[in-house]
This record gives sequence, C-alpha cells and structure tokens, in this order.
Amino acid sequence: MIGEPIIELRGITKTFGQGAAAFQALKGVDLTIERGDFVAVMGPSGSGKSTTMNILGCLDTPTTGVFRFLGTEVQSLTRDQRSLLRRKYLGFVFQGFNLLARTSAVENVELPLIYRGQSKEARREAALKSLDRVGLVPWADHTPAELSGGQQQRVAIARALVTDPEVLLADEPTGNLDSERSLEIMQFLVELNRTGITILMVTHEAEMAEFAKTIIHFKDGLVERIERGHRSGERLEPAGAH
Amino acid sequence: MFGTTLMLAFREITRHILRSFLTTLGIIIGVAAVITMVTLGKGVTADIEEQISSLGSNVFFVFPIATDRGQFRPFDERDVEAVREQIAGVNFVAGQVERNVIAFHNGQDWRSKVEGVENEFLDARGIELEEGRRFTPAEESAGANVCIIGPTVRDEIFPPSQSPIGERMRLDNVACQVIGVFATRGSVGGGGDDDNAIFMPLNNVQRRFMGNDNIGYMVVAYDSAYSSEVMTLALIDLMRERRVLLEGQANDFDIVDTAQINETVAATVGTMTGVVALIAAISLIVGGVGIMNIMLVSVTERTREIGIRLAIGALAREVQLQFLTEAVVLCCFGGLIGILLALGISVALTSAIDLPFLFDPFINVLSFVISAVIGIVFGYFPARRASKLDPIEALRHE
Repeated sequence: MIGEPIIELRGITKTFGQGAAAFQALKGVDLTIERGDFVAVMGPSGSGKSTTMNILGCLDTPTTGVFRFLGTEVQSLTRDQRSLLRRKYLGFVFQGFNLLARTSAVENVELPLIYRGQSKEARREAALKSLDRVGLVPWADHTPAELSGGQQQRVAIARALVTDPEVLLADEPTGNLDSERSLEIMQFLVELNRTGITILMVTHEAEMAEFAKTIIHFKDGLVERIERGHRSGERLEPAGAH
Repeated sequence: MFGTTLMLAFREITRHILRSFLTTLGIIIGVAAVITMVTLGKGVTADIEEQISSLGSNVFFVFPIATDRGQFRPFDERDVEAVREQIAGVNFVAGQVERNVIAFHNGQDWRSKVEGVENEFLDARGIELEEGRRFTPAEESAGANVCIIGPTVRDEIFPPSQSPIGERMRLDNVACQVIGVFATRGSVGGGGDDDNAIFMPLNNVQRRFMGNDNIGYMVVAYDSAYSSEVMTLALIDLMRERRVLLEGQANDFDIVDTAQINETVAATVGTMTGVVALIAAISLIVGGVGIMNIMLVSVTERTREIGIRLAIGALAREVQLQFLTEAVVLCCFGGLIGILLALGISVALTSAIDLPFLFDPFINVLSFVISAVIGIVFGYFPARRASKLDPIEALRHE
C-alpha cells in the first residue's frame, strides 16, 4: 500500500564510546518514511547520515529511541532477529559494490538465496531473472574482476533485488563510478522505485540526490530539513539503453 | 543448506590448493604415522604369534634344571607316563631327546640334529607331514632305523627332482631310511631353523646316540577347556612329588607355557605400538594448531566477505557453520590423504622387512574420525571469531 509509513524513527540517539570519549552521532532523530518513497539522505561527513542508514538497515541499534520497521520495534530485537529482518525485507547496495571476489556474477546474486534455504535450481533461476532486470545475463559467468565498475554495481543491485525486498538501501551507490555510469545507475533506481520498491539512498552528490522524491539533509546528528527532489518527476530513459 | 555449506567449503579449499595442502600436512603426517605404526605393530605381533604357534598351542615344555647345589636330574619315560596317567586334561604328552649330527646322503653332507620322538610328539607339537608317513607302533617300540626329515634337510642333501621317501641316509654312523618329510614349521624367534631336524623313534636315539634312557624335555599338550594356571599347578605338584622335593626346596625343573609367552609378547608389542602411536599422535595436535592458524588468517582475509554475508541476513551460527565446515573438510581431506599415505608406507615397509601386512580397519576409521574431531576442535575458535564480527566494521575492512 503506497503511502503508509514503512519506517518510523522516534527520538533516535546514538552514542559511540563511553565517558569523556563518548561521541553522540545522533541527537534525537524523528523521521517517517512511507512505502514507495525514494529517499536521498544527504549531509556532510559526521552529520549522522551513515549512522542513520546503519540503523535503518538493521545493522546497528540506536542507543535510545524507537525504530519501527513494518510495525516491528527493531531496537529491542536480538542480532539474529535483525539478521532475519534483513534477509526477508532488505536489500543492500554498497559504495564499494562488495561482491565476492573470484565468484561469478550469477553466484554473487544467488548469495542471499542460500540463506533462504532455496534449492540450487531455484537459486539459479531467480538469480538469472534478477540479472536480467539489470541487463547482465550475458555476463552471468564473469567474475567481478572481469566486469566494469558500472557492471559490478548492477550485479550488486541484482543481488539486492533477488529476494524481492521491501526496501532497498543504497550507500553511495554511485560513489565509485564516473558520471555517465552514475546516471545509468540512478536511472535504474528510479525505474525500480516506479515498480513500488522503497529506496533509501545515502549520497553526498546533490546531482544524484535530485533523482529522489524526498531529500533529507542531516547536520550535527539531527535532521536539518526535508525537501522534494527536482528531477523526481522527470521521464527517464529505461536503464541499460546505452 | 548443509549441502551448500559443504560445497562452499570444497570450493574455498580448492581455491587455495597449495595452501590447503600445506595446512593439512600436519594432519596428513600425523594420521600416516599413527596408522603406519599400528599396522607395523600388528604385523610384528602376528609374526611373533605365528612363530610361537609353531610350538603348538596350549602346550607346555617341561625341562629339568640344575638345583642350587648344581645337581641335575633328567626325566625319563616314567615321568612321561606319570603325566599321562595322573593329570586330567592332558591330551598328549611326549618326551624328546636331541643331539647334533651330520647327515650324509649320496656324497652330500649337512649339519643337523636328530630328535628322538614318538608319534605323540608330532601330535603335541602340531607337526604335520608334507609327504610320507609316521612311525608305526612296531617301529616305535623296536626303535627302528627310520626317520622323518625336515624340509631344510631334504633341500640340502636331496636333489630337488627326487622324492627322499624310501632313500637311505646316514646320521653320523647310524644308517636310516627316510619314511616322511614334515611340513615347514618355521623358526622360533631367531633360535635357529626348526625345519632343520631329523626325527627318529625315541628308543633308537636313546640307545644309539645318547646311550641312556634320559629324556631331554617333555611336551605336554592340554585341553583348551583347562586353564594354563590349573595345568601348571598340577604339573608342579606331580613333578615335585616324583622328584621328592621337600617344602622349601626350589623346583629343579622349569615349565614353559606357550600361551603365556604368547600373551607376554603380544602385550609387550601392544604397549610399544601404543607408545609409538601416541608419540605420532602428537603431530596430529600440531597439525590441529596449523589448521587453527590458517583458519584465523582466512577469517581475517575474508572479513569483508563475512560482512557481506552478515549484511544480507546470514545468522551468526550460519557463518560459524561455514568456517567450521571448512576446517572439518580440510582435516578430513588430510585424514584421507594420510590414510592413503599410510597404506603405501605400510605395504612398502612390511614387504621390505618381511612382515605380514595386516590392514586394520579400526585404526583407519579411528584416525579419520580423529581428524574430523581435530577440525571441529581447532576450527571452532576461528569460526566463532568469524561469527562474532560486526557487519558494519567487517564491511569497512580493507
């Protein structure tokens, strides 16, 4: 159901270290993200945007506050329970692609399915389908070292999509790419968002953030302001057209 | 899920084939050493047992020995009779005398020994005939000039193409006719060649070679339903009575029990094998430490991979299982190679030093299981470390 809140943060704080060395990265963040949104999180380094993304990705827990994801209060879950949440509902795309080296593209894409206990055949079929979405079926048997940066990131996206996640978290997805490849990836994410998937993206490039529907600016551990992306309504060419 | 984990482990191991091999070298050497030692030990035991069983099983040898004061009283035929009549459980009892002789036949001569025996001696010692026949009762009582020769004597003084049966030969200056050849009984523990002997009726040897009625030693074969201890006590009682030994006087005879020798030797060899195998097993532990070391390196190297797996939803125990499986598979490979190596070494060594090769399935299976256990024990800590990694930190790892 588009429009219903999928993520709610209430009074989230996060403190690293203890005593005199303690550093408060988040100082009380309130945020609601609706299903189907495409959110870009921006801010200078140290503003708390990465910490927020780690919490939203269920990789980290807040020190205080309530994080509700699909109605579940994540802050009180165990490590393994959060793993299961990630496995079921989240897809990750990282700045450094983070593909397994010396492992073929299709096997990289299969990886999340291994932890879902799917059979070899079912995994292969789903992985090829996912690779098809990013237009890389012909490269299925190539290892990351044999792929360009843009292709690697598309494999990473295919890996994130193979489980049909509710939310796609992208941490600087275009950070290691040139501007042409970056645009390609952004176009793909926009297309993806149109199919209904909620996307949360951290970026420091304003140009990329403009593709999002919502842009959240962080500063000093707090949400500074929220605005609309200027190019979010633009019609874009389908991904992979180049 | 487990099949996939296993497959991943195989792939990771084959990816660094040389490193995997070097890592498991300790296990390989340990397993090979343990199995080889145990296999050789079994071969030695079997070899000794075979030699001892050539003396006959459930057999006593009873010798007269000198007293403290140097008196030596030999046995005679009446002692043999007494054992036969008065001790329950005796199957066969026979006296024996022997002397070194030179055997002559057709210009050939050979240094051997003549043993004065009766058919019952062959029964007691379990000696079979390869060809020919035993003594007849008439030959025994008359002390006829007939003989049963050992295979060594046959090979040394008779031409290979010709059967010695019916041939006449001379022992020193006593002529005799060959009526049989006994089957090989090997040699007992380095004490010369037991096949180098010539049996003649006891009477004859006593009369013609020894010039007296003495008996050198008695062979007593007893029913296996009777224990060695009971038989020994009965024999001691009887012989002391017959030799009129007073209380406090030491036995002037000795009883050698083949079953006891067998047990003693088997126990000694068993202990030695165990000690050597245990020393070899130390290298298994060293091998385990090697596995742990490389697994820790592997966890560090693959921190990022672990981070990815955790981020996409792997549970801590799944990551742990993956690394544990890798360590176990690695060790099992080591165990298998070790077993094959041990097989090769054992076969080569046993044939080189002329021992029977006895494959021991138990020690092979045990060694393999121990390899797997070493994988679990020494893989546990690295695997646990992998599973405890923080996904955020792990993903940032360069």
